Amino acid sequence: MGAIAHTDAHAHDAHHHHEESFVSKYVFSQDHKMIGKQFLVTAIIMAWVAVIMSVIFRLQLAWPNEGFAFTNFFLGDKWAPGGVLDPNMYLALVTIHGTIMVFFVLTGGLSGTFANFLIPLQLGARDMASGFINMLSYWFFFMSSLVMVISLFVEGGPASAGWTVYPPLSALPQAIPGSGAGMTLWLVSMVLFIASALMGGLNYVVTILNLRTKGMKMTRMPLTIWAIFITAVLGILSFPVLLSASLLLLLDRTLGTSFYLSDIHIAGEALDHTGGSPILFQHLFWFLGHPEVYIVLLPALGITSEVISVNSRKPIFGYRAMIGSILAIGFLSFIVWGHHMFITGMNPFLGSVFVFTTLLIAIPSAVKVFNYITTLWRGNIIFTPAMLFSIGLVATFIAGGLTGIILADSALDIHVHDTYFVVAHFHIVMGMSAIFGMFAGVYHWFPKMYGRMMNTKLGYAHFWVTFICAFGVFFPMHFIGLAGAPRRYYSYSEFPMFDGVVDLNVLVTFFAITGALAQVIFTYNFFYSIYRGPKASRNPWKSNTLEWTTPVEHMHGNWPGPLPVVHRWPYDYSKPGKAEDWVSQITPLDHDEEEH
Amino acid sequence: MTKLLILCVVVLGILAVAQLARVYELTSRLRGKREEDISPADNRMNARLMMLFLFAYFAFFLWLVVAYRDKMLPLAASVHGVDTDWLMDFNWWILLIAFVPTNILLFYFSYKYVHDPNRRAFWQPHNNKLELIWTIVPAAVLAVIIIYGLNSWNKITAPASADALQVEIYAKQFDWTARYPGADGVLGATDFRLINGTNPLGIVTPESVAAQLNELAALIAAEDSTLEHAVLPADKASELHAHTERLRRTSARIINLRTVMDLDIAEKGKASLYLHGADDIVTKEFYLPVHQEVNLLIRSQDVLHSVFLPHLRAQMNAVPGMTTVIAMVPTITSDSMRTHVMHDQSFDFILMCNKICGASHYNMQMPLIVTEAGEFSTWMTEQMKKPFQPSAEPPAAPLLPTDSVAVGANEQAAVPSNALNQDR
Repeated sequence: MGAIAHTDAHAHDAHHHHEESFVSKYVFSQDHKMIGKQFLVTAIIMAWVAVIMSVIFRLQLAWPNEGFAFTNFFLGDKWAPGGVLDPNMYLALVTIHGTIMVFFVLTGGLSGTFANFLIPLQLGARDMASGFINMLSYWFFFMSSLVMVISLFVEGGPASAGWTVYPPLSALPQAIPGSGAGMTLWLVSMVLFIASALMGGLNYVVTILNLRTKGMKMTRMPLTIWAIFITAVLGILSFPVLLSASLLLLLDRTLGTSFYLSDIHIAGEALDHTGGSPILFQHLFWFLGHPEVYIVLLPALGITSEVISVNSRKPIFGYRAMIGSILAIGFLSFIVWGHHMFITGMNPFLGSVFVFTTLLIAIPSAVKVFNYITTLWRGNIIFTPAMLFSIGLVATFIAGGLTGIILADSALDIHVHDTYFVVAHFHIVMGMSAIFGMFAGVYHWFPKMYGRMMNTKLGYAHFWVTFICAFGVFFPMHFIGLAGAPRRYYSYSEFPMFDGVVDLNVLVTFFAITGALAQVIFTYNFFYSIYRGPKASRNPWKSNTLEWTTPVEHMHGNWPGPLPVVHRWPYDYSKPGKAEDWVSQITPLDHDEEEH
Repeated sequence: MTKLLILCVVVLGILAVAQLARVYELTSRLRGKREEDISPADNRMNARLMMLFLFAYFAFFLWLVVAYRDKMLPLAASVHGVDTDWLMDFNWWILLIAFVPTNILLFYFSYKYVHDPNRRAFWQPHNNKLELIWTIVPAAVLAVIIIYGLNSWNKITAPASADALQVEIYAKQFDWTARYPGADGVLGATDFRLINGTNPLGIVTPESVAAQLNELAALIAAEDSTLEHAVLPADKASELHAHTERLRRTSARIINLRTVMDLDIAEKGKASLYLHGADDIVTKEFYLPVHQEVNLLIRSQDVLHSVFLPHLRAQMNAVPGMTTVIAMVPTITSDSMRTHVMHDQSFDFILMCNKICGASHYNMQMPLIVTEAGEFSTWMTEQMKKPFQPSAEPPAAPLLPTDSVAVGANEQAAVPSNALNQDR
């Protein structure tokens, strides 16, 4: 720990500890580490809300129209009379489950936690560029979560038009009760969320570009930071479009404008709206929505790159190719949104263009998979829980990425569009991969976050049950989808053609409930270890990156002395000629040593 | 009481796990082991579980394929569907070739290269040749996929030929209506403002325009008189006033429509689309002749819906405010499907809604009957004689705005609406 050893008195004075009040330390903190942890804990709570919702609708799908005390316990007699889920509430649950998971857990929770926590620590910065905006970003996220949770309790129920909130369904309370106050709150929550995402994203980009420590060239940044960097750029460029889409929808709903509505006759009356197009909303939504998939996925891939390299004791294979593929995925993600709209009546030629661009994304994705596998090849693999989740991510990324090729092929998409095949695809490639990346990150950086270790054995149990259940839940859904079963159906009992596959729904629900219970292990392990876990050492994983050169006890400014100086890339694991199988980034290059 | 019991069980379960973890933690602390030091036994266990998982994963996959292969959609009943199925299989083989080796390598490497303190990992930061290979190979394979895919797509989406049968599929919460051109072979114009109990699709004809204008005039007069004579609370009165204004606007727009219609008729004479609606056949049955190209014109009355005909491998959204189109040629009649393919006399091709549209989305369906051409014309002749029965429709526009519109919609939703199910 060269840099820390030669702290001179002057620098030490400048960064001594201030006494802080409880509020400024734990609540309105401007310290990036605390903000990162606030994002994480909020996301865990929101994730539980969404998980319980999924258990409720999985019960309905496995045993349609049967009463469950569990359902009644959470929804009461209004939405689950006798424990039988109401069809409107079913749609509300799938809507809010999707919204929470995509935005609050995998965007706010994943980017918010690891971007905030890791950017300054891995780049050698004292804090984020603007601590105050960073704090605001968390509190907007918090308010947004609060509004979303409040929307569950309003008259008419929460938003129910699917997480994509396509109008006219989302615009007309006459069409579905959830499109009343629930939908208004959904939009308010999203506006707050977008404000949070933009404040966070700008902060991340500015910090990464300007506050890298001496020697931390862009080509020496860990892949986590590269992934977070591109994620932040994607967010800044695409979230404003969702903001406009939401505001226009709000205008259509409240002021009688016709951006998305036209020629509608509902509840016995012709409405005034003319000239709008529901397709416009879909274009705007997916212009965010598709980059959003990568906003969710890239940080997870970044975390995995880091964790796999550290625990294989081997440099990540093809560092530059990994950066290149992140850049390529980031760029391409902006020109593929139309693949969600092949059968909306969009011009078929436009569809062909989107087929082409979408399938191009498979190339950088394939490169990433091959590079992960090659990193494992002839490695010296240590199975920490984080490593297990990273390998899990590669497995889900393969399975889900490949089915994406079917969906991107417009001619085949006609056949499987909006069926369970799609549900299977995106839950595996986006949901599971991203959440596995997030778990990997939590297990890996927990010692840095809380100065204590999480329990490894519980981590193993958590991983294996979750991993098996992830495939148990989502793999059979491909088959349900290929039998033609549409998604967002409250029940399949009205269609004899699905009688052959509905028994799979019971299997899926069994795995879903088991998988949900496995998260109890994680939650317990997480909160217990914060207070009672064994004390962590400074660099438990023998990792090269800068965050492990900071003291275990958190402090403002991260490093007690001057900022560390970086001399090499972060992946010098098992480098020939070195005594240890790791070389910290702050270790100067030997005379005549090549960087890599 | 049961709730309390369940809660107790859950809490006790968590406590039990917690205690086990605590015991483990204390014993390892006694042994002086640090949490981050993964023991060789743990590494080996996980490595073996990786291999075990690989086998279980493939076995699960195989079991699903074997057990459920026959429960997937039966053979495609349309010309392009056969093509799509071939393409699907072609893609599956390519994907399988990628899926199996990558997974084997991933899990096998995880197993094989498990940590050994006496070994050092191989130093290999990059290998440009390898990386080039696995950029170019996927690119080449994807090029093949794209070429075949777009070839199919262009065929499927090519405009229907001029002699294709035109059929309109009309969607609304939560049922489907079909419209066939009458003897003239042309579907008439439509306008959503003309929708009422007797004109559920809003077909525009000079008669339907006049009738709707009269109906609106009567409604407006009734509401005006209520406003003038009845004693209403202020909010009700302003609500009613706003409603009357809306009706007036609708009325004015229909008058515009009438002007456009009159000009069009004057200009084009009998070719005007406004003169072709009167003989259109509006029906709750959906028949198609086999081996005849059909152009489905899809419209929606209220929200997005999607026409999904899984057996014909066809799908297209129904979008309020525009007409979407999908053309196809059915190749198997319902009868031969029942007798020769499914061996199930109750089988029907199904048109189902595949875009979330409200509470009864999950039951918005209509059977499709594909018949021989002769049988189809018999059915058409029958339909021409039989006037459309609007009785299945909800009642016409309510006279007064109720303050519980949402509740009204809710009630409607609570009853799965599809009367067609009952004769299944």
